[in-house]
Amino acid sequence: MRIATVWRLGIKELWGLVRTPALLVLILFAFSLQIYVAATATPFTLNKAPISIVDEDVSPLSARIATAFYLPWFTPPQTITLSQMNRRMDAGIDTFTLVIPAGFQRDLLAGAEPAIQLNVDATRMTQAFTGAGYVQAIVAGEVAEFARRYRAEEVPPVDLVLRARFNPELNPGWFGAMMEVVNNVSLLSVILAGAALIRERERGTIEHLLVMPVTPVEIMVGKIWPMALVVLGAVLFSMTIVVQAWLDIPVAGSLWLLMAGAALQLFATTSLGILLATVAGSMPQFGLLLMLVLFPLQILAGGLTPVENMPDALRWAMSAAPDTHFVSLAQAVLFRGAGLDTVWPQLASLAAIGTAFFALSLWRFRKSLG
Amino acid sequence: MSEGEKPALAASVRGLGHSFKTARALDDVTLDFPAGRMLGLIGPDGVGKSTLLSLIAGARKVQEGEVTALGADMRDAAARAGVGPRIAYMPQGLGKNLYPTLSVFENVDFFGRLFGHARAERERRIRELLAATGLDPFPDRPAGKLSGGMKQKLGLCCALIHDPDLLILDEPTTGVDPLARRQFWDLIGGIRAGRPGMGVIVATAYMEEAAGFDWLVAMDEGKVLATGTPAELQRRTGTDSLDDAFIALMPEHKRSRHRGVVIPPRPADGQETAIEAEGLTIRFGDFTAVDDVSFRIPRGEIFGFLGSNGCGKTTTMKMLTGLLPASEGTARLFGHEVDPRDIETRRRVGYMSQSFSLYSELTVRQNLDLHARLFSLPPQAIPARIEEMARRFDLLEIMDALPDALPLGVTQRLSLAVAMIHAPEMLILDEPTSGVDPIARDALWQSFADLSREDGVTIFISTHFMNEAERCDRISLMHAGKVLVSDTPAAIVEQRGCKDLEEAFVSYLEEAIGESGRAAKAAAPDLAPVIAEYDHHAAGRRRILDPLRVMSYARREALELRRDPIRASFAFIGSLVLLFVLGYGISMDVRELPFAVLDHDRTTASRDYTLDIAGSPWFTERPPLASHADLDRRMRSGELSLAIEIPPGFARDVAAGRDVGVGAWIDGAMPSRAETAQGYVQGLHAHWLQSRARELYGEAALAADFRLETRFRYNPGVESLVAMVPAVIALVLLFIPAMLSTLAIVREKDLGSIVNLYVTPVTRLEFLLGKQLPYVGLSMLNFATLTAFAVFVQGVPFTGSLAAFVVGGLLYAVAATGLGLFISSFMNSQIAAIFFTTIVTMLLAVQYSGMIDPVASMEGSAAAIGAINPASHFVTIARGAFSKALGFADLAGSFAALAAAGPALLALSVLFLRKQAR
Repeated sequence: MRIATVWRLGIKELWGLVRTPALLVLILFAFSLQIYVAATATPFTLNKAPISIVDEDVSPLSARIATAFYLPWFTPPQTITLSQMNRRMDAGIDTFTLVIPAGFQRDLLAGAEPAIQLNVDATRMTQAFTGAGYVQAIVAGEVAEFARRYRAEEVPPVDLVLRARFNPELNPGWFGAMMEVVNNVSLLSVILAGAALIRERERGTIEHLLVMPVTPVEIMVGKIWPMALVVLGAVLFSMTIVVQAWLDIPVAGSLWLLMAGAALQLFATTSLGILLATVAGSMPQFGLLLMLVLFPLQILAGGLTPVENMPDALRWAMSAAPDTHFVSLAQAVLFRGAGLDTVWPQLASLAAIGTAFFALSLWRFRKSLG
Repeated sequence: MSEGEKPALAASVRGLGHSFKTARALDDVTLDFPAGRMLGLIGPDGVGKSTLLSLIAGARKVQEGEVTALGADMRDAAARAGVGPRIAYMPQGLGKNLYPTLSVFENVDFFGRLFGHARAERERRIRELLAATGLDPFPDRPAGKLSGGMKQKLGLCCALIHDPDLLILDEPTTGVDPLARRQFWDLIGGIRAGRPGMGVIVATAYMEEAAGFDWLVAMDEGKVLATGTPAELQRRTGTDSLDDAFIALMPEHKRSRHRGVVIPPRPADGQETAIEAEGLTIRFGDFTAVDDVSFRIPRGEIFGFLGSNGCGKTTTMKMLTGLLPASEGTARLFGHEVDPRDIETRRRVGYMSQSFSLYSELTVRQNLDLHARLFSLPPQAIPARIEEMARRFDLLEIMDALPDALPLGVTQRLSLAVAMIHAPEMLILDEPTSGVDPIARDALWQSFADLSREDGVTIFISTHFMNEAERCDRISLMHAGKVLVSDTPAAIVEQRGCKDLEEAFVSYLEEAIGESGRAAKAAAPDLAPVIAEYDHHAAGRRRILDPLRVMSYARREALELRRDPIRASFAFIGSLVLLFVLGYGISMDVRELPFAVLDHDRTTASRDYTLDIAGSPWFTERPPLASHADLDRRMRSGELSLAIEIPPGFARDVAAGRDVGVGAWIDGAMPSRAETAQGYVQGLHAHWLQSRARELYGEAALAADFRLETRFRYNPGVESLVAMVPAVIALVLLFIPAMLSTLAIVREKDLGSIVNLYVTPVTRLEFLLGKQLPYVGLSMLNFATLTAFAVFVQGVPFTGSLAAFVVGGLLYAVAATGLGLFISSFMNSQIAAIFFTTIVTMLLAVQYSGMIDPVASMEGSAAAIGAINPASHFVTIARGAFSKALGFADLAGSFAALAAAGPALLALSVLFLRKQAR
């Protein structure tokens, strides 16, 4: 492999990007506006959770409970009737409906242990889980406050001092923005590298290269480095200008450590792009293949949903995906301020996966050239 | 013609001007094309011939001046649509407007349907057209596998299916072998004999063809130089051949550059062998493309390779370069056997392939520079070498232009310059002069001669031009993979007893082909009766939406989809894989979060507190924390999601009733997980407090107690699968149909067959609907399998109205493919389209669909997008139908929004899609 050849071929790819303004605009969009939207649009888990109350008690206590739900966590509760409840929940208007039965306050004070019913739309997973806990805590708090006036005993004064580290307000915008950057790294690099190869094949220029003193590995590396460089530049721009300066989101750890991780991730994903391009015969096939590979990678890597509870087989399979390690590295560095001593296993995994992907796609690429 | 103005004109242009970015293609052209004649456009490459033809055909938007074709003003969309069916247009490039995966019959059939022929009529015409063009033996062969000449004949069939009054052919015989070319013109002659009223306008690079035309227009640099019959042009210039007349008509500065090609005789010495082939054979499956080919070419010789299209010339050349491995036999370059890994030999060879092989993203100079550097020329020598090549191939003025903006002939010159940049000792050139004008061709040949005679460069060249073949030292004539004859041109003519090489060539080929060639020729005159009176008004029906034309496009698209099983199966199996993986993989519930305790107290009471947490299903305990530093480190690494700190004296203080604070740290990096964990910890703490109270005060503590009965509706087991699968179905049914329909259109733009939209009577709406229908069908098929998979394999209960769900699925399929159409209406490159579609569908289906966060809870722009997003409405319908036992009435709002989305997207696509090129 000669460096000069690889350099030249790479410069050519960069020109190709420059001469396709649509692509440049899309790259810029993906690392600026899209990040901004992700940061500002992602709601808090409990943001305006729609709740209604069926108040059959109409007592001071039930009124007190109703006032305990307020913005931004809950929409101001609507008071509805039992018959309205089903219709509203079916149509997805409410996620929660609280049913306070007649005589609730009386029974409570009489120690009859009355029941309040909380209906949760369990098809809305995020709100259902978190929200049910919140509703329970809020109702319990109000009831306890109310009951205290009628009771002498004190519960043991043990306070739970709960603090969230790394993102004290649990602002989902922080997570949304930075994970969007991370996700776009693989999205862009796979598309750019793979499409560059397919374009070259569809135009017949690859044949031209092969009669010149250029080897397949030079062609492949000549596609990998410029695409990786472009994305790396975009990440740096996005993290410093968009995330830190514009959105004012603090970055806990070293950006350079993140960039090192991103470089290794790009090594793996650009190789993956080439691999997919050797499998796909044409651009439409490549587009479909992308959907098949990219979406599971992105959705299951931990950048969108927690990975802890994925089925074991899937978790095991996903550990072969570079994204899983990169997402974990990025979370450690960006939020928890972890250093090299903490994230070296991820870096090592990325390097190993990248090498394997590179070798595999080089083998496929050589084979596809006949 | 109804306007009554000069009915004898096939077309006329007045003050016509046209510019591309900076280049001026046409400049104030005024011309009248007489009707019913054979009219030729001649001129060098890139002087505006193609632009003029596409403007007359209505394929390009008129920028300045007037264009009238068959009496209709081509600037007016209504007039254009009315006259469209009477004009047939074959763009430049072999088979540019054909569909390569469709068979011969299907291609013609598609155009027949587009023009609204009834079935019997259509089949009769196709049968007769194929018979007349000699294509009838292989109606089932895919168009992409035809030879160049056959492609052009097929293109002609497609153009003639609707009996045009004006036939516009842009270099129809460029790159076609002499026999096929002869047959092509015979065919045109036959048609004209049957339809004397039909006008034909042809742009051509072959002067011998132009000499047979009725009337010629010579053009240069966007202007008309002269018009008249071939004889008039010759008389006016005082020359005795059209070739010479053409050169004489050129402006002085161009003419001065032209010199006759002088090839000095080859010195007899130096019989060193440069290229040697022995029994070269290659098979693709059971098809033998090249069969036992042998030759020996000494250094410095110009060796010509002739033959019909698809006879194996290109394949032989590829074997010589090492691009294709030979099945049998050997090839030697400079005495070394061809080895694809042999880098050193590659430096000594220059290869120019037939297909366009330049980087369109690089300028002319950058292309030359890249190749110079790839061949590792010394850097200081490169600028001079580029300069030299640019001068030799007349590229100096366009050094900073992009190849896409250059005419074919110029890019051919650039390709040659690129192939020769490293001063190779051997050139393998595959039809290097195809589409190059006579002046430029002579210049190229002069450089070949110089290279061969002065520098001793061996040139192995294939060509369709007989005057070029005559210049070769020796030629080989190939047919069907075999070499028929190999000798000097003169010897071949003599052996055959013909008057020139062309005749000898044709006679060799006819002998090899046997009867079939003659049969085709004989059939041509029979075409006349085929062309009966035909009601053009029926075809040009001024209807916005003609179901026949929609179905014609839909049928073709479905055929193409069927011919590409990989695409169809990716779409099909891919959907299932995505549903499977994502359905199982996306899990919002949080369990077994790792936690550890920093216990400063170490008493039974403190242990009791933490056991409560460890015993819950939500947390699993890890080894205790030793210090704050340990806590910090382990939380940073992500090992722990929760850390509990119990202060010193916890047990004592609790017993004494003093205020005690237990510290809990939650990893807030992923807020949704942190929120859930927070809820769990609070719940556990409250539970602990309650049990403490019970210990202290007995049952009395329960006095103020109540129960909160939580009913998880629609999904009582709170299973991720039940919640996610309907949403994942929505996601998959957006991704794949949108991607397929986007690329279906952008690909046509990329490959050029979009021109059929420009010049046939099909409207934009018909085109889009026709493209959309097959993908709606595929989408519904996917919908059915995904639903079955979810219910029967993944076991997600389906409780609602199936009818409502199916209708919802159909509306969604229309909306999803509509989204693809919309994206494609303003995207021109396939890469950008893939990119854009991926981002848009990902955003719509994952972030704004309510799959994870309900739309009702979104803010600002997200809320607005969520409200009009088809995916969010389908998620509501899918979850309603699967889990909530709902039907039409309950979901009316979502149905209404979804039903509006499809047509709205289609309307936007119609608005943005262009019906003409710029």
